[in-house]
Amino acid sequence: MRWKTEKNSGWGRVHWAEEQVARPERASTLEDVIRATPSPAVGMRRSYGDTPLNDGGHVIDMSRMNRILGFDEETGVLEVEGGCQIGELARIFAPRGWLPAVMPGTGFATVAGCIANDVHGKNHHGIGTFGQHVLSMTILNGSKRQIISPSRSARLFRATVAGLGQTGIILSAKLKMIPCKGDVMMVTERRAENFDAFIGLLDDSTATYTVGWIDATARGENLGRGILEEGETGSGLMPAPKRARSVPMNAPHFALSKPVVKLFNRTYYGRVPARGRTSVKPINEFFFPLDKIHDWNRLYGKRGFHQFQCVVPLDQTEALREMLKTIANSGLASPLAVLKRMGPGRGGYMSFPMEGYTLAVDFPNRAQAALLIGRLEEMTQNAGGRLYLAKDSLATGARVKAMYPEHAEWVAEVAKADPSESFTTDIIRRLDLRSTK
Amino acid sequence: MSETWIILGATSSMSRAFARAVSERGDAVLLAGRDMDDMKRTAADCDARGARWAEAIRFDARKPDTFPAIITRAGKEEGMINAAVFVGSMPEQEQIDADPGLINGTVQDSFTGPAEFLQILAPMMEERGGGTVVGVGSVAGDRGRIGNYVYGAAKAGFATYLSGLRNRLNRSGGHVVTVKPGFVDTAMTWGIEGMFLVASPEKVSTDILKAVRKKRNVLYTPFFWRYIMLIIRSIPEPIFKKLSV
Repeated sequence: MRWKTEKNSGWGRVHWAEEQVARPERASTLEDVIRATPSPAVGMRRSYGDTPLNDGGHVIDMSRMNRILGFDEETGVLEVEGGCQIGELARIFAPRGWLPAVMPGTGFATVAGCIANDVHGKNHHGIGTFGQHVLSMTILNGSKRQIISPSRSARLFRATVAGLGQTGIILSAKLKMIPCKGDVMMVTERRAENFDAFIGLLDDSTATYTVGWIDATARGENLGRGILEEGETGSGLMPAPKRARSVPMNAPHFALSKPVVKLFNRTYYGRVPARGRTSVKPINEFFFPLDKIHDWNRLYGKRGFHQFQCVVPLDQTEALREMLKTIANSGLASPLAVLKRMGPGRGGYMSFPMEGYTLAVDFPNRAQAALLIGRLEEMTQNAGGRLYLAKDSLATGARVKAMYPEHAEWVAEVAKADPSESFTTDIIRRLDLRSTK
Repeated sequence: MSETWIILGATSSMSRAFARAVSERGDAVLLAGRDMDDMKRTAADCDARGARWAEAIRFDARKPDTFPAIITRAGKEEGMINAAVFVGSMPEQEQIDADPGLINGTVQDSFTGPAEFLQILAPMMEERGGGTVVGVGSVAGDRGRIGNYVYGAAKAGFATYLSGLRNRLNRSGGHVVTVKPGFVDTAMTWGIEGMFLVASPEKVSTDILKAVRKKRNVLYTPFFWRYIMLIIRSIPEPIFKKLSV
């Protein structure tokens, strides 16, 4: 296998790494590579920070290990190679009445990436995380090939789900899909005039899929205003999907300056009538709204951007309100801001979710943004909340470890699986995550 | 009408993309190659994507005794029998310089093996009065260059063979598409210096299917390679021999 030298970044394009990359296309090649040069796996590099990076080291690009290995039309059990992309699975199986149980905000995410970050979707409140729908998986570690499941090597399974690739390479996984009515979505959009109204709508929602867009620039009586989207799958006819566009180059930094974002957000909020509306959308447009614009991360210019995502317990809405105030007053927010209610479901020791509310906001990479995010992290910690490692690029190890109560269990299991530390990546080193100190 | 595709060299990423695309139309695929374990995985993939059926079968371009079983298996199906040839091997020119014996194998993999296979298949296609052969060559076959002229020569031979086969099958309603991809992002080109304008295997596969539908004779993919190669072919030999393109 030839190794290619590449300079790669996470999706936020703040952290970069120069690495030697192998990209096997067959299981036999992958097994040879992992035996000779055990190294961490990467997928489509859709995590924002440095989880998919190994500066100065080797990585195995799993994007070509992407075959469907089996599908049972009766039970919806699907076996796939780790590099399969979620959007591809939705495209193939939704018309046949099945959907991956959990779909993250981009369809480009791979199945193994969804496991390694134990991602959640717009239905987390009802169904939990991705890892909770994994029946079993095959992991490779040196010359060892192991099948693990919630009942077989249960601890290793819990360390692999949300394990950031530290227990080995996820070669394949068996997933339980959920039935759907078809490949279109009935979507209801409603305005929430302020923070309290928003929390009220989220608490009262009975929809299967919900997501809230929040205007992170609105202040005063408009603080926390936004749009709640609720969706159910349906069947019907849709016009042919629009062709994807791409952002050809880095945007200049004023593209997301304060007045532009304020204007955009006001327009975006105003496009939904005050009484709300219901429409029919293709499934991918509802689940992966930004995938239509390839390389949209270039909109933040060559300096890149941070995404801050936290979850706080249900009784901490006041802390959340304070965070929104801090963000609105900073004038640094971008249009991409999301508020959602989460259920208690989590599949691994290091899974992000807890029952409560999650807030995600993008900020262009500036010195003030780092200070602001530091402040928000502190507020999260004080509220008993948690930061999402798939998004993080700035936190400190001490803070993160304090937020994850099962961190020690994870460390112990990972130490057993990978004593030579072959699978460490940049985030593991930045946060010193494999030590309990 | 039901169609069956014999895919020779079914372990490459280009052939995988092609097999998936025809599977999603509901065609049957017979995946032929050497790595049975890998092809069984691809067959499962094709099956899940909607192929009428998908099977893996052993094929070795250097072992003609593997050919008849493939043709017999495909012949059991009704309707049109198509073949898509993705085989070929490209040892580094330095390896060939060190061991000229490698030339034979390269020519067998890239030209004479698949040609012999198609020669056995042709009567069945004629009998059924149609069908398509997709022969994947390379822009490297358009002119001999210092970097890979043995591979280029083999692909040039294959292209000439395909031209003749097209002439023959045309009489019975069959069609032959010669495909000349430029640089494609595959395991073969991964990490090689000097690649530019690299196309994805999916893009190449989409172009091939379009060419099949429109009964194009020679397809350069992506399209601009037609013009790049036009220029390269028009350089007079006295000048070309001094270049290292």
